[in-house]
This record gives sequence, structure tokens and C-alpha cells, in this order.
Amino acid sequence: MNGQIVGGLLAPHPPHIVYGENHWRNEPKSECGWEVLRWGYERARKHFLAKKPDVILVHSPHWQTVIGHHFLGVPEFHGLSVDPIFPNLFRYKYDIKVDVELAELIAEEGRNDGLVTKLMRNPNFRVDYGTIVSCHMINPEWDIPIVGISSNNSPYYFSNEMGQTQMIRLGQATRRAIEKSGRRAILLASNTLSHRHFTTESDIPEDMSREHVYEHSGYLWDMKVIDLMRTGRTKELIAVLPEFMDHAVSEVKAGSLAWMLSALNFPDYPGELYGYWTVIGTGNAVVGWDPQLKAAATTQGAAASV
Amino acid sequence: MIQRAYIVPGQPHIYLAPERNAGWASLRQAYQAVGREIANSGAELLLVYSTQWFSVIGHLMQVDPNPKWTLVDQNWYEFGEIPYSFRIDPAFGELYAGICKANGMQASTVNYHGFPIDTGSVVALKLLNPDNAIPASIVSCNIYAERDESRALGFAARAAIEQYGKKTIVVCVTNLSNRYEVGDIDPSRDRVSSAKDDEWNRKILEMLGEGRLEDVAQVAREFGREANADMGFKAIWWLGALMGEHNRYDGKVWDYEPVWGTGSAIVELTPSAKELDFEKEFDEAAPAIAVTGGTGLQTHNVLGEAPKRDEQDTEDATPVIRTERAPKPVGPYPHARRVGDLLFLSGIGPRTPGTNEIPVGIEAQTRRCIENIRAILEDAGSSLDNILDVTVYLTDMKRDFERFNAVYAEYLGHVQPTRTTVGVDSLPTPIDVELKVIASQ
Repeated sequence: MNGQIVGGLLAPHPPHIVYGENHWRNEPKSECGWEVLRWGYERARKHFLAKKPDVILVHSPHWQTVIGHHFLGVPEFHGLSVDPIFPNLFRYKYDIKVDVELAELIAEEGRNDGLVTKLMRNPNFRVDYGTIVSCHMINPEWDIPIVGISSNNSPYYFSNEMGQTQMIRLGQATRRAIEKSGRRAILLASNTLSHRHFTTESDIPEDMSREHVYEHSGYLWDMKVIDLMRTGRTKELIAVLPEFMDHAVSEVKAGSLAWMLSALNFPDYPGELYGYWTVIGTGNAVVGWDPQLKAAATTQGAAASV
Repeated sequence: MIQRAYIVPGQPHIYLAPERNAGWASLRQAYQAVGREIANSGAELLLVYSTQWFSVIGHLMQVDPNPKWTLVDQNWYEFGEIPYSFRIDPAFGELYAGICKANGMQASTVNYHGFPIDTGSVVALKLLNPDNAIPASIVSCNIYAERDESRALGFAARAAIEQYGKKTIVVCVTNLSNRYEVGDIDPSRDRVSSAKDDEWNRKILEMLGEGRLEDVAQVAREFGREANADMGFKAIWWLGALMGEHNRYDGKVWDYEPVWGTGSAIVELTPSAKELDFEKEFDEAAPAIAVTGGTGLQTHNVLGEAPKRDEQDTEDATPVIRTERAPKPVGPYPHARRVGDLLFLSGIGPRTPGTNEIPVGIEAQTRRCIENIRAILEDAGSSLDNILDVTVYLTDMKRDFERFNAVYAEYLGHVQPTRTTVGVDSLPTPIDVELKVIASQ
């Protein structure tokens, strides 16, 4: 069917960036906030939406499941998402279209590979804010259907490596399903990098004079993994992620990044860093991989060698 | 004001799918029996702490008087959905948050339409308080809170309950071992996911059945590590602090069953006056609330400054202690006030509680003074062993000091508080001795 992945993005989901934007869908209003990340998202949005994707897939750390990998399985969801952690910042009205056919196809591919997969069929289900924020930042018009995928926490009970191995298999199943579906797909890995939060909030949440990384070691780790992304060394990146999870309390433990890199077949071409900044102390990077850039690099290389 | 406490699990299986597993049905029956007990208790407030309501920015207190929604659990949606409409006591939530803030903790109230009440709180309130007969208050579980923070939150809850003055039942929603089966299972064959976890659960339940809440709090870290206990079993630190940090409870284990591999139990703890063969031996100091301007949470506080106190907050932060087990004060003052983890006692004389009789002789008066102090401290959740400083007033230093000193040494010689002894012309009643004490919690 010649479906293809036309882009993959590390697309973190702190609700603060929607709050800073003052979008009509979100009730709380701000004076400003987290512009570097928001402007990065704007550039990424422009680049990847130009590829005219049929579907956006998002793997979210805030839909947490313990029995396998779950997929949104209802064609439309409408509702109000109130962030249970930052309800003062995020109360968002959502209208989401779901590509159920592709979700079923991925679930089937996963099952065939021995993974536990499930379709969530209850229309009253409240879509998690991680899914909503990442999708909003890439496509605030919500005019492209999504496939929402849960983060399966349970294999991490055993070890980080075991959890990651399962996410890599899910990524492979995702790629096969997309190819069979004929869709042009964009993938969103909705996780931050270092993930140690401040536990207090200033009176003005968007007071950027208070914003910085929680700890130096978290910053060093963030820079290390971003460097691996920017230089196309994603197999090395995958190898150090289990250590990153422990040393920087990294949210990559949710599996989103491993899933996406696996689906992209571990890019050996540079990821584009669109922006890095902290949100209440956590490290957030927007990084995109465009398979066309690999094709271009290969073509140029071939031309040079003639 | 605290009538009793319950530890309960929060999985939706118990509420939505009891027919699928005998253990789930048994838990539901136990839950409902406890609910009937609560309904007949005369309780005026249910205070719920749930490990399933995660918070990051300090702690959150629900103050929406009537939160309504239809809960579809993110993991167990196949069992169905739970429509809810709860009766919340906003005034208590506001008071509790205010005391936390006055103690230097980060706390906020929550009153937003559509706020997602967590599955654990929903299951507990639906089964324990199905008709909303008793107003409830719900507090979150901070994912970063360690022992100090959890205890500080518990102390604040106790202070809030004392100030609020309503009969309160405390509900702690937490699993024991929390290792879920990671795949689909036949529910009828559900069992605790490892023998090791099961052994740990039974050990913990044996202690709780004997009312040894503080002993459980002391081993919570080991339990958390060894059995992957729910949120490191931090809920027990909150509960222990709230209940007074001792082992003098009547405990009852209503039920213990597996739920999808986890260990789930319903336990009742009622404060009792029973004597113990030996006293506690605790390994950690009280949390540094108020003394340093913040709890352990404040050590993470890079974004904000410590909250400023206003007069009302200060008033809230220093609840008064009065007890029937000590003689009534002879003026407009309480037996003690608590500031953070410190207890400041008024001058305590040797009158006998109930009769106001004054014992004869300095030895008997000294003994009675210290027994009165013991009663006040114990009712405040402390003990003679926690006394830090003593000021002694004697009306006849020359005549009484040596004999006073011998009795004092008998009680407090091993504790070694700092002490000042002064001679005075007289005391307000015809007594020979009065002690003024500062103690830690």
C-alpha cells in the first residue's frame, strides 16, 4: 500500500505552553511564557504540516496503562480536559478525530508480534492532556485525525531495558501498519527529557525569571542526548536511554521516544532541534526527523562520488 | 475529634466487577460493611487521602462543593464507567490548605468544573459513603513527597481536624504491594503477583491488626522497596502523623485479597488507651516545619519564596491543646499550643485531674506535676521523652530542692532536657511547685 512515515517529532507536552499561548480552547489566560519552545513548535509545525499528512500518531506518557498498549478506538472524542496536576493552567475544550482503522491495524500488528494491545471503545473516555498538548502544538486546527497510544508502564517494573525493548517492538509494529495502511503519517513522541519538577509555583506561573533547569546534572544529560539526536546517532541514543531514565528521572521512561525512533528505523541522519527550554525545571526539546532529509543527503552523497 | 481511620484499596474492580472474582466481591462486602459502620458512627467529616491523586506542586485540596463527572478509568475502562456526584466540605479543605501554607508548605485548593477526581477517591467514596450522608474532603499525594513532607501533611491534617471541631473519620486509599499482572489474566485466578510480596503484605497486616501503626510507618521504606508498595507506602506516613505517631490503636483487618496481582486490604484503626509493654523507639526526628520556614518540600523550592504568614495563618498554625486528663487551667489559657513540631506547655501544677486535690509534700507534688505533663503531651501526640526544656518554679527552694530533684531525676534524668530552676514567692494556687515545658512532637 506504500504508506510512509513523513516525519517524527519529539513533542513534549507540558500544559504550560498551551497556557502561554492563550488559545481560545484553553480557559486560563496568561501574559506570556515559554516562547522559545512555542516558537520552536511553530517552525516544526510549518515544516511538517507542509507534508500534508493523513494522520498524526501520538504516544503519550499521561495515558498510563499496565496491561499492554492501548489505542483510542472511537472515531470522535469531544470534551473538557482539566489537568489534574496544573488545573490552574489547563482546562481545554477538545474535539478530536481518530483514525480508528489505523489504530486497529497497529494493534493487530502488535498482537501478531506477541504484544498485548487493546482498543479503548468508550466515547466517555477523557483523552489525556499529554496527547492533547502535543497534538495541539503541531496541529491546533485539529483537522487531521490522530492515533492515540498509551504508555505501557508495566514492563518497566522489571527493568528499563525490558520496558524499552517492548517499546521498540511497538515501534516496528507501528511502521509495518502505516506501510500497509497507505497513510502519510507523522509521529509524535510526547515526552520531556530530564523530568525533575520544582514542587512549588510562583505567584505568576509564567514568570520566566524563575524558569531554569532543576539541576545541573539534568542539563548535562539533556545536552548529551540532544547532541546524539542532532548528529543522527540514534542507536547510541537508544543505548544510553535506560541510564538517562535513572540519572535524570527522564520521562523517556514512558517509552514514547524509543517507540518513535524504532518506527523511524533509528535515523542515522540529523534531527533538527527546533527549541529547548525548561518548564518548571524539566528539560523540554522539540526535535524533528524528516526522512526526506536522509534521502537528500544520500542523493548528494551519490552525486559527489560520481 | 478523630474517631478512627481506615486503609482501603482504590481499584475499580471492587466496585465495577465483583462478580468476576470472589476476592473482589469479598473486598466489596467488607467495604460496604465499613460503610455501614461509618454511617452509624456519628461522623461529621470524611477525610480522604488517595495515592491515585498525584500532585507535583505541593499538595492539592478539593473544595468544589459538588464535583460531578463520569469516570472512565484510563486502564480498567473495560469494566464500565462510574458516574459520580460528591458532597465535599469546602471549608475544611480551605482550612487544611491554610494550615499547610502557614507551616511553610506549598498547598492549593481545587475548585474547577470537570476536574478529574481520581479513581481511588471515587471508589472509596462510592462504597463508603454511597448516599453522600457525610461531607468529604480529599487531599492529593505528592509524587516527590518523602517521609518528612508526608508527615508534615499529616500533622497539618490533625491540626485542621482539631480546629474544625467535627467528628472525623480518616480514609487512606492505598494498595499494599502494587505489582500488577502485566498481561490479561483470568480474573477468577487472580493472586498476589509474587510470594515475596504476599509475605510482606501479611507481615504489614499482622502489625496493623495489632494496632501498631507507627511500627508500620517505621518499616514503610523497606516495604516499598521489597514489595513495590503503592507510592512507596508514603500514605502510612501521612496517616501515622495524623493519628499521633504511636502504636496504641485497636486494629482490625477486615479483608485482604489480590486485585490483578496487587495486595489490597481493608484495615480499621481505632485510637485506644491500652498500655504497651514497651515504648516506641523511633529512628527519625520530627519534620522541620515552621522551625526552618518550610517542610522538606521547601528544599525543592527554587521557583517561589516561602509563603508569607498573616495573623490568621499564624493563629491557624498554633492550635491549642486541651485535655481532660490534666487539671483544668486556673485562668484563660490552654494546656499547650503547638507551633510546627513544637509543643509549648503552660505552667503545669500538681492538682489532681477531676478532683483538683493537691497532694501533700514536694515529692508527691512533683510526681503529680510530671504525670499531668505526661497526659498533656500524650494527648498532643508526644511524650515525656520528647521534652526539650524545663523551667521549674519552687516556692521554697531551700526546703524542697533536693527532694524535688530526686523525683525529677527519676522521670527525666535519662531524657536530659535543658532546665532552669527558680525560687518564687508564691504561685496562683497553694502549691509548692510548677513546671513549664517545651517539647517536640
